[in-house]
Amino acid sequence: MKKEILLGNEAIVKAALASGVDFVSGYPGCPAAEVGDIFGKIAKDNGVYSEWSNNEKTALEAAIGASFSGLKSMVNMKSFGINVCSDSLLPLVYTGTKGPMVIVLGDDPSCWSSAQTEQNSRAYAYLARIPMLEPSDPQECYDFTKLGFEISEKFNIPVILRTTTRVAHQKMPVTTDDIPKRTERRMGEFIKNPHQFCTMPPRVMEMKEELISKILKIRKFAETGDLNKVIKSKKPSKIGIITSGISYLYTKEALEIMGLDMPILKIGLFYPLAENKVRTFIKGLKKVLVAEELDGYLEKEITALAKDTNPKLEIHGKDLLPEVKELNTEKMGIALAKLTNKKFNVNKGKVVVVPTRYPMLCQGCPHLFVLSTIKRVAPDAIFGGDIGCYMIAGYPPHNVQDYLFSMGAGLGISHGVKKSTNQKVISLIGDGTFFHSGIAGMINAVYNKSNPLIILLDNRITAMTGHQTNPGVGKTNMGEETVMLLPEEIAKACGVKNIKVLDPINVKELENSIKEFLNKEEVSLIVCRRICALLEKRQQKNVEK
Amino acid sequence: MLKNNFNIIITGVGGQGVVTLLSILDQAALIEGNDVKSSELHGLSQRGGSVETHVKFGEKVYSPLVFNGQADLIIGLEMLEGLRAVYRASAKTKFLVNDHFMPFIGSLTKEDISNKLKNNLKDKLFLVPASEICTKELGNEVVSGIYLLGYASFNNLIPLRPESIERAIEKIVPGKYLELNKKAFLLSKNGK
Repeated sequence: MKKEILLGNEAIVKAALASGVDFVSGYPGCPAAEVGDIFGKIAKDNGVYSEWSNNEKTALEAAIGASFSGLKSMVNMKSFGINVCSDSLLPLVYTGTKGPMVIVLGDDPSCWSSAQTEQNSRAYAYLARIPMLEPSDPQECYDFTKLGFEISEKFNIPVILRTTTRVAHQKMPVTTDDIPKRTERRMGEFIKNPHQFCTMPPRVMEMKEELISKILKIRKFAETGDLNKVIKSKKPSKIGIITSGISYLYTKEALEIMGLDMPILKIGLFYPLAENKVRTFIKGLKKVLVAEELDGYLEKEITALAKDTNPKLEIHGKDLLPEVKELNTEKMGIALAKLTNKKFNVNKGKVVVVPTRYPMLCQGCPHLFVLSTIKRVAPDAIFGGDIGCYMIAGYPPHNVQDYLFSMGAGLGISHGVKKSTNQKVISLIGDGTFFHSGIAGMINAVYNKSNPLIILLDNRITAMTGHQTNPGVGKTNMGEETVMLLPEEIAKACGVKNIKVLDPINVKELENSIKEFLNKEEVSLIVCRRICALLEKRQQKNVEK
Repeated sequence: MLKNNFNIIITGVGGQGVVTLLSILDQAALIEGNDVKSSELHGLSQRGGSVETHVKFGEKVYSPLVFNGQADLIIGLEMLEGLRAVYRASAKTKFLVNDHFMPFIGSLTKEDISNKLKNNLKDKLFLVPASEICTKELGNEVVSGIYLLGYASFNNLIPLRPESIERAIEKIVPGKYLELNKKAFLLSKNGK
């Protein structure tokens, strides 16, 4: 046993090691990326295999292969990653796992590091019927990861560990186990079993039945132990709180500040919900506040359960707490004040109007040359944006981004705009995003005789999330040499006729290429290749060392 | 319990090393036997944008976030980012701000920021030219945050002993930068 200060994500890694994880895959995204980053550094010394896959779907599929071969696996991704891999996630829950699997999924309420949407991935628990744990702090990140592997092993089902930014990037002293040292990689064995692994009809219908009965069993399991726990009030109270994840901490803090004493049911396993625990908890209550971030999923379930258990129960949740943005102690305090007719003093500090400091491209960033050039050469063009550092193109002073969606979506939409208008379209995409899901959009544009100009900002790394390797780098996450894929060669094989590879600091060449390619009748590609300025600096430092 | 917690907000610009300062404070608080929690931001927010991080320590800490009016100390590694945090302060909140300006298009002027800080915070403001001192004394501006930690510790703005913070620095900062960081921490001990 050891007590040390850990980040939520560090605690997850330690717990995975303590659980004997064999295989770790993922795609970097904030706030989950540290899981894969740390494994990249320590995997070899701990007998673990670790990879950054080219997207979340291939990451999950890699882990499915590991699980079917009997290995213990972990997959890590941010919120949107679950959208990308959902096509394989749903059948995986049907087949079940062989070796246990925990999927670390980092949501980002308030979009601190996310474009796209303020996604609440808890809905996937219902869609896929996949058990979902919600830790509230790094100690629970540790405990719940271990528990996740146990549940997965016991019921042969993958388990999602759903964190949020304030959990994954929270630090506190965490008590951890002594991890048994292992340096040899454990190899599994794939034993053929199409009965379990093939989701062909009519077997798939049986699988659904099996899954439903499995969930019933897990629901029963959730009624036992401390997974969902009641924190009793000192004196009997007619008001109670049901909460999960980080909201539990805000609840505790607000209650203490206000000197309130009421029982709390803390839900650790969001799905399947321990219904009897909820029923017992709400039985004698007059009022209950369901404290959860974003959508009121728990509130809906509790409302349904109260119908026969306690029909007169006054249920509060999204009437007092916002559906948009993360919660905090202040928001909880205001909700509790309304609930109890007590006072909660909100400190209204002095308001000083300060101009927004937008995120910026770094000094020497190769994207700077590209953004200023396209704006100058093609001021009237439509600019398709995509996910990566270069979405800063949408902030002042650049303002060259006319739409921004999901990973790889820029090329797909640019093709549609090009087909629907007579306007010029320049679509930006980074190397990591191109390998993630840009290639499909490019093929579709070529196949359907479209002609957007694709500018590929190839800075030789997945920079935005902290310099992770991708298929263009020539190195794996564990630092092994591998093949270096070149986007221009892929484009050529996909039928792109007009291709130019250049260094964007050669502004004149870039300018001429844009002018030339904007008038082409086929898809064109300019690969702007120059290493990320931060990475270059770091590499120089490493050489000097 | 909570009343006795010490709450710090550190603001700055992405890339100024806010997360390192947080780790050092976490560690120093633990060394002195406290419960401690902190919250940091990674990713997009680190790309030269405004960054705000929180650390709380004491007998028992629940949430990692300091809510408005509950900060005992706000450290601004950059003056405009210090000014941005004024709304989070109560009448008792002390402000330790680096007299260092990182301008951007559309920002206020340095004089304007200075005046606004002084007018709003009065005697709660400690405006210290940390970047200038570190550049002059150590030839390195990057450690100005560590200098401010030293300033806070030696001037009793943080209830943590300098020795504890020094030990925390030794634990957190990688070997090759350790000497520089320790020097920066100790600079204000001698009244600089």
